[in-house]
Amino acid sequence: MQFTKNLLEKLPSFRRGYVLRAKKAVKETIMSIFIFIILIGIAFVILSPLLAIVSNSLMSRGDIYNPLVYLIPRNPASVHYEFALHYMNYWQALRFTLGYTFGITALQIAVCSLVGYGFARFRFPGRNILFGMVILTIVVPTQTIIIPLYSQFRFFDLFGALGLFMEPINLLGRVWSTVILTTTGQGLRAGLFIFIFRQFFRGLPKELEEAAVIDGAGPVYTYGRVMLPNAVPAIITVMLFSIVWQYNDVYFAGVFMSGVRNLLPVNLSGLATAYHWGEQEMDFNLVNAVVNAGVVLTIIPIIVIYMFLQKFFMEGIERSGIVG
Amino acid sequence: MRKRGKFSLSLRGREAMLGYMFIMPWLIGFIVFFLANYLHTLRMSVSSVDMVAAGGYDLSFSGLENFRHIFTEHATFTRVFVESMLGILVDIPLIIFFSLFIALLLNRKFKMRGIVRAVFFLPVIMASAAITNAIEQSLLMVMGGLTTMPPEMQQTTGLSVQSIAVLLANFGLPLQIIQYIIGAVARVYEIVRASGVQILIFLAALQSVPTSLYEVAFIEGSTPYEAFWKITLPIISPLIVTNVVYTVVDRYVTSAVVDMAYESAFLHWSFGVSAAMSVVSSVAVLLLLLMVCGFISKFAFYHT
Repeated sequence: MQFTKNLLEKLPSFRRGYVLRAKKAVKETIMSIFIFIILIGIAFVILSPLLAIVSNSLMSRGDIYNPLVYLIPRNPASVHYEFALHYMNYWQALRFTLGYTFGITALQIAVCSLVGYGFARFRFPGRNILFGMVILTIVVPTQTIIIPLYSQFRFFDLFGALGLFMEPINLLGRVWSTVILTTTGQGLRAGLFIFIFRQFFRGLPKELEEAAVIDGAGPVYTYGRVMLPNAVPAIITVMLFSIVWQYNDVYFAGVFMSGVRNLLPVNLSGLATAYHWGEQEMDFNLVNAVVNAGVVLTIIPIIVIYMFLQKFFMEGIERSGIVG
Repeated sequence: MRKRGKFSLSLRGREAMLGYMFIMPWLIGFIVFFLANYLHTLRMSVSSVDMVAAGGYDLSFSGLENFRHIFTEHATFTRVFVESMLGILVDIPLIIFFSLFIALLLNRKFKMRGIVRAVFFLPVIMASAAITNAIEQSLLMVMGGLTTMPPEMQQTTGLSVQSIAVLLANFGLPLQIIQYIIGAVARVYEIVRASGVQILIFLAALQSVPTSLYEVAFIEGSTPYEAFWKITLPIISPLIVTNVVYTVVDRYVTSAVVDMAYESAFLHWSFGVSAAMSVVSSVAVLLLLLMVCGFISKFAFYHT
């Protein structure tokens, strides 16, 4: 420090700028090396199990038992992928899962934006208490109410009205229970999405609506044609979270759709058993390699979707202003 | 806003009606599927549940019998319950500090920032239960823990957890703090995995800080360190509250006590006991949330 100060004083004034700039450049370089090391380290923590999964799924039977092979397979083989594709019923399940995920996500966005708009822009008695109830649905885990919810859909009779005409319907094992829950704003983490939409609509200028109302638009038209197009960032935020969570969900699928054999993550959790019995394979390490191939096959579609949405997402979440 | 007061009451009535119309889908679902079932769970927790044929059950009132059972007779509930709650409390600062730190790093401009951000979002993508199991298996493998690798070939890292512990003890740090740090280091993967959403939310918050504030601060001669404490932290403090809420809920939903309630319902078919566990733990989490948020909100900065 003292040294540089002396140096600066000795230099003619037009040279001082260079020295200061060089000092700054050195500082910046040291800082970015430091950041680089930290980010690489943590990225390794995240990526290392994924790398191990990918490498293990590509190993042939000989590689798995060769103690000299570490992470890089010597004789790569696609046999595990073939088994995984077959026992997960992959292509059919992928089509169904994507359709189901996108459909539910579209419903989620439609319903949650509607409700969020209602909470953001209309004053009505009990609004704060009801919004408190939205927070309650975020906090209370669905596990708490899963048992009565289960029996509600096991003997579904539309609040007793249906019971007058026929026996209660069993809605389990099909997509209908999820569709009904999502339509009524009780879908997977719907409370959080309502929260995001409400915060976003509150941030939009009121003049937008006033202009629409003066031009003679009704409230539904205002919402659909004026407010929603301005809420694209919030829509993309919710879309990304909803797609990822819905796609990954095994818990609800296990409870409500246990009969559906076409959901990828559900098939993945049953893959070990299916392969074990289907091929009479007793070797745990080989079963594990097939499961790893299944994991890779399950992750790939969602990574592709994420990469596609990420560009919109980073600017989307910036403007959606999720403020507590 | 004042203008509206001049209009007749009917306009306000119309607005209220429209408001109810917009939230109607949620309101119906909330009453039919959430509130009714939550009350049902409360009722179950004070009843003894008997299974009958065709998948149904009978309830008969038994007072606080289930609560007495889980607290005084159940083999592991009290321990798991207390551990889960303490675990949530311990994880809040870890996850919040970690995700804020990472968000600050990711907010800087550098090459391949998009890819690095994608890597940090991967844990959110891979949060599925089936994938988690596979990952835990392969985590053993990448550390060389699987049987295929002979012990003399397994790598030993130069900096083991134990050596850090000895180092810290030599500094004369209190044992509790050492245990906390060691626990955090040992669970680094879990912490990283649990911070994906929080990092994203902090990133969004950091990008919403107006750059003009920093320009003014630097012209006035503030250091980056001062700018962080005086500008960045106050502006993103409301989102710290959001992240704490998310962290508590997320940690609770994946905690051992929720698993235990689930197991006692669907493996042991004791629904009353399961309901009592759920009620006890969710009330405890709500209290915890109120306490923590009340504490943090004191320091949070709001524009209004």
